Amino acid sequence: MISAPDVVAFTREEELEDDLYREPPLPEEYSVPLFPFAGQGANPWAKVAGSKFTRDFILISEFSEQVGPQPLLTIPDDAKVSGTFDLNYFSLRIMSVDYQASFVGHPPGSAYPKLNFVEDSKVVLGDSKEGAFAYVHHLTLYDLEARGFVRPFCMAYISADEHKIMQQFQELSTEFSKASECLKTGNRKAFANELEKKLKDLDYTRTVLHNETEVQKKANDKGYYTTQAIEKANELASVEKLIIEHQDLLRQIRSYPYRKLKESEFHPYEPECALDRADPGCDQHPAPSDPAEPGETHLYTHIPSYTPKLIKAKSAKCFDKKLKTLEELCDVYFFTQTLDQLHHIERTFRGDVCYLLTEQISRALLKQQSVTNFLFEDVSFLDEKPPEKQYRGCQGLDQDAMDGKCLEESLTPKVVISLGSYKSSVECVPIKMEQEMEDSEEPKMSESVTSEPQENLDYLDADIKGSISSGESIEVLGTEKSGSGLTKSESQASLPVIPSPQAGRSKVGSRRTVSEDSIEVLSTCPSESLIPEDFKASYPSAINEEPYVDNDDERGLRFAPRLSAGVADEQDDISKQESLVQVDAACCIGKESPNFLELLPYELDSRYLSGSREVSKSSLDECSDSTSYISSAASTCSDRTPSPAHPACQATERHRKRAGQNALRFIRQYPFAHPAIYSLLSGRTLVVLGEDEAMVKKLVTALSIFVPNCGVYAKPVKHWVTSPLHLVDFQKWKLIGLQRTVSPAGVNVLHALSRYSRYLSILDADSKTLRCPLYKGTVVARLADHRTQIKRGSTYYMHVQSILTQLCSKAFLFTFCHHLHLPISEREPEESVVNRRMNFLKLQLGLANEDVKIVQYLAELLKLHYIQEPGQGGNPLLRFDYVPSFLYKI
Amino acid sequence: KSSVQTIGEEQIQNPYTELLVLKGHQDIVRFLVQIDDCRFASAGDDGIVFLWNAQTGEKLFELHGHTHKITAIAPFSSSDVSEEKTHLIITASADRTVIVWDCTSGRQVQKVSCFHSTVKCLTVLQRLDVWLSGGSDLCVWNRKLDLLCKTSHLTDAGISALVELPKNCVAAAVGKELIIFRLSASNNGSEGWNVLEVKRLVDHQDNILSLVSVNDLTFATGSHVGELIVWDALDWTKQASECNFWDSSVHPDVQPEIKLSQSPNETSVQHLASDEECVFAAVGKGIYVYNLQMKRVIACQRTAHDSSVLHIEKLPNRQLISCSEDGSVRIWELREKQQLPAEPVPTGFFNMWGFGRANKQANQAAKKMQENTPMYFLELVGDLIGHSSAVQMFLYFGELGLATCSADHLIILWKDGERESSLRSLTLFQKLAHNGDLQLKL
Repeated sequence: MISAPDVVAFTREEELEDDLYREPPLPEEYSVPLFPFAGQGANPWAKVAGSKFTRDFILISEFSEQVGPQPLLTIPDDAKVSGTFDLNYFSLRIMSVDYQASFVGHPPGSAYPKLNFVEDSKVVLGDSKEGAFAYVHHLTLYDLEARGFVRPFCMAYISADEHKIMQQFQELSTEFSKASECLKTGNRKAFANELEKKLKDLDYTRTVLHNETEVQKKANDKGYYTTQAIEKANELASVEKLIIEHQDLLRQIRSYPYRKLKESEFHPYEPECALDRADPGCDQHPAPSDPAEPGETHLYTHIPSYTPKLIKAKSAKCFDKKLKTLEELCDVYFFTQTLDQLHHIERTFRGDVCYLLTEQISRALLKQQSVTNFLFEDVSFLDEKPPEKQYRGCQGLDQDAMDGKCLEESLTPKVVISLGSYKSSVECVPIKMEQEMEDSEEPKMSESVTSEPQENLDYLDADIKGSISSGESIEVLGTEKSGSGLTKSESQASLPVIPSPQAGRSKVGSRRTVSEDSIEVLSTCPSESLIPEDFKASYPSAINEEPYVDNDDERGLRFAPRLSAGVADEQDDISKQESLVQVDAACCIGKESPNFLELLPYELDSRYLSGSREVSKSSLDECSDSTSYISSAASTCSDRTPSPAHPACQATERHRKRAGQNALRFIRQYPFAHPAIYSLLSGRTLVVLGEDEAMVKKLVTALSIFVPNCGVYAKPVKHWVTSPLHLVDFQKWKLIGLQRTVSPAGVNVLHALSRYSRYLSILDADSKTLRCPLYKGTVVARLADHRTQIKRGSTYYMHVQSILTQLCSKAFLFTFCHHLHLPISEREPEESVVNRRMNFLKLQLGLANEDVKIVQYLAELLKLHYIQEPGQGGNPLLRFDYVPSFLYKI
Repeated sequence: KSSVQTIGEEQIQNPYTELLVLKGHQDIVRFLVQIDDCRFASAGDDGIVFLWNAQTGEKLFELHGHTHKITAIAPFSSSDVSEEKTHLIITASADRTVIVWDCTSGRQVQKVSCFHSTVKCLTVLQRLDVWLSGGSDLCVWNRKLDLLCKTSHLTDAGISALVELPKNCVAAAVGKELIIFRLSASNNGSEGWNVLEVKRLVDHQDNILSLVSVNDLTFATGSHVGELIVWDALDWTKQASECNFWDSSVHPDVQPEIKLSQSPNETSVQHLASDEECVFAAVGKGIYVYNLQMKRVIACQRTAHDSSVLHIEKLPNRQLISCSEDGSVRIWELREKQQLPAEPVPTGFFNMWGFGRANKQANQAAKKMQENTPMYFLELVGDLIGHSSAVQMFLYFGELGLATCSADHLIILWKDGERESSLRSLTLFQKLAHNGDLQLKL
């Protein structure tokens, strides 16, 4: 709804221009070159020139110890997608930047090889030549046969749009972490199995060797050992050592810190179902008696016994053996799970970045409207955890506690909270600056840094927020022309304003030893380096954002004035004003009711007014920057057709389009569409009566977009009923498709309709008549203008959603204004409250005639929703009016 | 065309703009009984008793114990001041048992199953702290369910109605007869009671269907053939009787064909209600207001419903509610007619007995009387359509609304939408305050 392109496109244009003026002009090399084909009317969404693939894809590569970097698979698994793109070359590139410190082997001072549970590393990498930018997620899997027991892998999300990768870094990181976690879990399991098998083999070998030695001993009566015997003894000793080593390895893999998994909200598998679904063909071993993680052990129960093999003293040369495939390395179940997750990622991030961002913004905004969002939105998908929360992994904690926790963690609350409370360090390593460029840009750069440090802080911050996660350090590197950059050290020194434990360490050398995740923005293209254009994009928002940061912990519906928090500085005030105005504009209230602000005795919820989520904040401005693109994208249907950011609602998306199209047709065809829609909006059940099921269902689908939800459950819409209606049905359903038949049963159906006619509006699809109360308001006229220029169903759906959202906010204001419903003083008569209420509805909210009833009905729904105790279904109640109905004909 | 008055969809005076459907029963719901200010019980042919919250419509308890349909229900609150007030209800069923339930815990307190016939009526004599069960005989019980005394077998048909009279007397309707019993303390024991038949009144021509106590001095009975008799409660003499007042022959303004169509069913006095001044009778499809002082019907709606009126109740605000087999509930208002007698009375929908169109044949004396007395009529102010089958009974809860029960197994709580809305607002702000989301801005 918020993302309706028609709305967004025209709201922020002036501001955008202003921002451009205020901003200090960027040096030439930092600015983005104009789109070369802009003059020819091409849209920037057309396939990015230079990229050799048609759309984003996911690549899994391995650094094979035998053949070097090699691509394993792509998602989608379609040769057309990657096109002429050189996967081998790109694999080489992405595998060459694996910095993770994964020692396996004999660390000094340790007798046995040690497994290191390394964290994955997440890197952003660009290749301008290939026109490819990638989010690269490195992970290591254990393989007993591999060198050092590890096999380095990486998953890469490859896109032609660098911006997209940078913007969606956080989300990509979260999603890929899930996939990686799933792979690694399966791998640990498989590795443990392998170890057990190996141990059995070794045990068996030892027994065999031992027997042989005994036999030799007996046969040998010469009193001295033959070379053969010595060899056997050595062999035995080495097998013994191997056994101990492997046992130690097994213990290590079992002692994997499982709390890590428990903390995270993502559980790649349920142990029980894993057992059930695990491939029966994959051989597993009964757990040995040594203590292991309980969660782990019962994965290994009742498994077919394994016949041990003899292990030859000299193992095969590593090039002789065939390395295990990825599928073999992980359990089949986990492998498929991972693939599912990767497919999910691919679907989620499909489409243009601006679409993803708008989707995220509207989702974030929608989430904040926790009081009203159930009315017209499909809130079921909101229940799913957003990515940033998942990453934090604070499962049981409520929002406030979580924020509090993050607040403690953060060293510089102001900045860091706005990032979503991630501990972070920024190191800017501008290495590859050309000398002459530096000369021209350096003074300006430092000027902007020194003159407005506060803004600069946010400036940085805004960029990081899209691309950083907790416990990570971001490093912006220019790789290709590195070496110089001494002159940049000045500005560099002023840039890392954020104190961080890692800030002081040396830049390149130490990085490789740190096992913490590191993010490196590698860019090969000088013109797009260092400061990506999204810096600029988020720049204007810097002042606005800051106060929200302060109030970030004030989640939940809160009417407390923020002034009392003691931070009542001017800036706060200004921003509050701004945010209010912003909302006003969105709700179309502001201009109509100038004294609306004074009237409100309570401060509205901060969540409601302003984005407290980093997603919405960071991307809101960018969105407004690129509004013109959005509108053009909506009109030009490019090959990169936007798809929903959330695959779960893909079906509903299609449904919306269809419903919107049908609704458009309805309002064009039926001159009495307004009273029909009014009936739905005011909670009066509308019955669509007709003989033809398809036609009735189509009408019901069309009208369903106007039906307010009564709860968070499914819409109160029944598409097709053949039996007589009863009072209970009107409680449950607000829109019903009813079959008309000529049979005696049909008579009963009609009889019931006439009996309950006072609760119903009846749209006769066959004779094209409507029987319902009169409507003389204005809201529906805006909602359903039969002369509308909107052509596409999805656009109309968004139009409807935006108007309905206005109604929702009016209903919200009406519901939560204390003095509109309760007397101010005890002696105040009820009549004056009623008067005040009506005045508010008519004068402040600007509602005419029957529109009042709509808002009143929505307000009742809000009240019911709010006061309803969780877990308690609550009796559905039927509200109605005794108003006369009229018959409309075409 | 039906002669029943209709009101249309615009009902300004009808306050009931919100309803709650209470589901639970699996058969006809016949009885509703109020327990306290906000609770009521419902019972019917499925033998289950439900306790409901009249405000929220919440189902409080589901009481199982009877195997057959329930024939009578009565609330029994403890009058003991010292202990905490306990609310009990007594239910009688066709399975020949009587069960006492505790409304607070929802438990069965005690069960009596020594009856020879179905108990058809129950009456609690709060003053004596005893209760009476009427079937083929009359039994007197104390709170602990000890049988104190009983009459001999009266008839097979049994007692159909019981009403408490002054001086420890009760009137029992047994077929056509009205029998007065007196309870007296027995000589030998402190707890003992004796029940004696004092008088048999045989004035009714047909079975007595309804029995109502008007005040301390009078009570009224109505029979199947439409006789209404007002009795003196102290000496049990007939104070007044109104026979055939439904009869169109005495109403000159009624067309003869209506008279022909009248069957005994349509003239039976189904239910009686009263306030201090008037007795309100549900007779056939009509409702009649009988003034005790004037000793005549002052207002009526001959065809108030499409079929028999089953229950009638007077509200404090001069309103009258009736429910009927046609599934509707109607709200009437008793209004004084501000008209000069000389003016022709518009007939309209109102068939006012004695106040119809000025009839030349009407006798002069009656006309004279009419001129001196205030004239009344019943105006339909609203109807409640919700049930799909006969509305058996209703219970008026004042501000909380109106509960109706029906043969469609449902109970509907009708509520004042305005009031509910503001109550919800109040709850909402209380919850906001409770959650700490609400702070007044200074």
